[in-house]
Amino acid sequence: MSGANAIAGPVLEIRGISKRFGALQANRDLTFSLDRGEVLALLGENGAGKTTLMNILFGHYVPDAGEIYFQGKRLPQGSPAASLGLGIGMVHQHFTLGENLSVLENVLLGTESLFRLSQDNKTARDKLITLSERFGLRVDPDRLVAELSVGERQRVEILKALYRDVEVLILDEPTAVLTPQESVQLFSALRNMVAQGMSIIFISHKLAETFEIADRVVVLRRGEIAGVFDTEATSEGALAHAMVGRDLPKLDRRPAKPAEAIMTLRSVSVRLAEENNLHDISLELKAGEVVGIAGVSGNGQRTLTDLLGGNLTATSGELVLEGRLITKASPREFIEAGVARIPEDRHEVGIVGEMSIPENLIIESYRDSEFQRGGWMRGRQIAQYAKSLCDTFDIRGSGEAQQAKELSGGNIQKLILARVLNKRPRLIIASQPTRGLDVGAQSQVHQRLLDAKQSGAAVFIVSEDLEELFALCDRLHVMFEGRLSESIPIEQANIDDIGLMMTGKVIRSSGRAA
Amino acid sequence: MRLERRQGVPIAVRLALPLIAIAVALALCSFFLLWAGTNVGQAYLSLAKGAFGSRFALTETLTRATPLIFTGLAAAVAFRAKLWNIGAEGQLYVGAMAITFFGTGLVSLPPVLMVPFLFFVAIVAGGLLLLISTVLKTWLRVDEVVTTLLLNFVVLLFVDYLLFGPWKDPMALGWPQAARIIEEGRLAGIVPRSRLHTGVLFALGAACLVWILMRYTRWGFEIRAVGHNIKAAHFSGIPVKWAVMRTALLSGGLAACAGVTEVAGTKGYLTVDISPGFGYTGIAVAMLAGLNPLGVIGAAIFFAGIYNGADSMSRAMNVSNYIADVITATALLSMLVCSLLVQYRLRRD
Repeated sequence: MSGANAIAGPVLEIRGISKRFGALQANRDLTFSLDRGEVLALLGENGAGKTTLMNILFGHYVPDAGEIYFQGKRLPQGSPAASLGLGIGMVHQHFTLGENLSVLENVLLGTESLFRLSQDNKTARDKLITLSERFGLRVDPDRLVAELSVGERQRVEILKALYRDVEVLILDEPTAVLTPQESVQLFSALRNMVAQGMSIIFISHKLAETFEIADRVVVLRRGEIAGVFDTEATSEGALAHAMVGRDLPKLDRRPAKPAEAIMTLRSVSVRLAEENNLHDISLELKAGEVVGIAGVSGNGQRTLTDLLGGNLTATSGELVLEGRLITKASPREFIEAGVARIPEDRHEVGIVGEMSIPENLIIESYRDSEFQRGGWMRGRQIAQYAKSLCDTFDIRGSGEAQQAKELSGGNIQKLILARVLNKRPRLIIASQPTRGLDVGAQSQVHQRLLDAKQSGAAVFIVSEDLEELFALCDRLHVMFEGRLSESIPIEQANIDDIGLMMTGKVIRSSGRAA
Repeated sequence: MRLERRQGVPIAVRLALPLIAIAVALALCSFFLLWAGTNVGQAYLSLAKGAFGSRFALTETLTRATPLIFTGLAAAVAFRAKLWNIGAEGQLYVGAMAITFFGTGLVSLPPVLMVPFLFFVAIVAGGLLLLISTVLKTWLRVDEVVTTLLLNFVVLLFVDYLLFGPWKDPMALGWPQAARIIEEGRLAGIVPRSRLHTGVLFALGAACLVWILMRYTRWGFEIRAVGHNIKAAHFSGIPVKWAVMRTALLSGGLAACAGVTEVAGTKGYLTVDISPGFGYTGIAVAMLAGLNPLGVIGAAIFFAGIYNGADSMSRAMNVSNYIADVITATALLSMLVCSLLVQYRLRRD
């Protein structure tokens, strides 16, 4: 921990910040301070108010009440330029880089006047190189951002802030897009920064990494501070309790009893016009077993789930579902064959946002005689069915006429789960099933998937969250550049090897890096 | 300043929306009337009288609203499925050509059968015309805005050719017009000493049917799902291409019905000027109605009333009847702004 050389006196003080959006109290009377040379984690579920607070800090929003003091001086409100000028920098979850510009140009963008860009960048380049060496953020100043990996892009974002001589750096969920190894590199760079007197606010909803990097943790729940903890004097359980407001039920996971193969892929390749091709994939999904795919996103996972869900046809190779060849089937045939699909993009693909909750619940089965007869939709049956599903799956909306897009992310995911799991599927294809969900909703989704496995379904999960995969899966594959590693039983998998494989390193089946 | 989405807009507000928009439009247009140097109150009074103020005005407005209801429905149905059919004008004329071909003596049936038969052939013709653009769109990704719009001119020029050539009625004293629709195929008058004919009843019935279709049937379910979110519809196993094709047949068919009401109802025979742009005005009607089939009825009557009323206003007050175009255009714009403000609230921070 780097808290050792912290100097007394807060660098940033947040006093009584409140912010309201319509009916939602996003922040209520928040007060805490950031000391020089410390990493302060802001931990909370989605919707707890973390991002709102940071946007207030950085000047994107004006608070309804409260003030912020930077080194004892009151921070002008609503001006990102003022925050930057004083030395507060922010790295957003979604990068804001120009892909067609070089690293150096991106760093200079908005800092220097554009006309000087080509003439006087010798000093700028030197400064950038010095900075990147000083903090261990290696990146070539002349490469185009388009050519950089996600981890490198993040470094550029951080360097962009450092170039402006910030003293406080705010990072919004920085590890969401990184491999475990990249996270380790990021953390060591962050430790370097605080050792040299900077202060960092680290926003996260992941407990483990919060413990690893932070000196202190401010836990937010429903817009209020649920507790401030010293990481050295607390436990993960205490943080989780503060964050969720209750103890999480333990997942009921039983050993797999793999039975017959439900879905088999035989050397399937998919060639698309763009990237994300699949090369010679073979895979077997068995009843009563959970198989997971680990990998950095953009390595063909989406193509694979599209393929397994019937949204895409293979260029070559065969798909066999319960002994039947379905290489050239449509989504409808997959649905009718008992394939439950939980799409990655739940808002854009999972639901028709403008239609009602009941309509979205039957959208995969609206042809059933239960819901329509002779072309007439049976409104009363549909409403009854929807009501019982909303009760069973705890979908909380304001009524049956409500548009599905007005539901929260967690409730949308529950709607999709209700739609597909209620039909007792033979195979479940889940893509990022808990991304963006809060811890409570996450554990509900996990338990539903494990229950489905218990009742004899084959479950297939693609996730960027390794902890999730380790918690649910019986076997793992790692995906890299459209290829699949061999199957790794979960007992033999270790998180470091998986992380290396995610970056393309080949690991022998003995489990050692080659 | 920024926009923030509102939660749960009350139904009453949504229903009042077009009325508010119209009020705003009239208020805005009063500046133009002032500019033209007339008394605004009297001008609007004569406009209202000209639109709805007498038996003659009322029947004329409804006669004019009839084709607008059909073209408005055509646009509403197609736009609901995100099929941008700008070709209602062409489909209208194709329908008119179809009934001229079959209805001027080639087929002769008793009236109870002849009228439905004429509607049927027109619907098929209009539907097929839009189907051309739709097939190009779904299979070859050709932009349907372009193809439907351009086909309007192709159709209109073809009508021109027919009326100056093979279909020219020798009894018409040299005018470019086709032979009359036979008596069995005419839409009967329903109010004596007026031009109003049964076409208006067909139009009202069609609006109700379309409303029921969109709301209570499987087809409507598919069309709405495809229109709102084509990706999710495809993902959920809805046959997207077929749903769009069915929509095309329906939309083109509805537009063609406007051709039937004008040729077999109002006019009696095909000329090249049976439609003063009903196909294009239908788009504005559908937008003002918020794509709601029942709303199309009100919007079409409003548009027809404004056009008729503006004529009498221009006679009485000596202002240009182009004010009608200004009013309808302003109503549309204020409708768009009002619906934005109903869905979002402005926030100043």
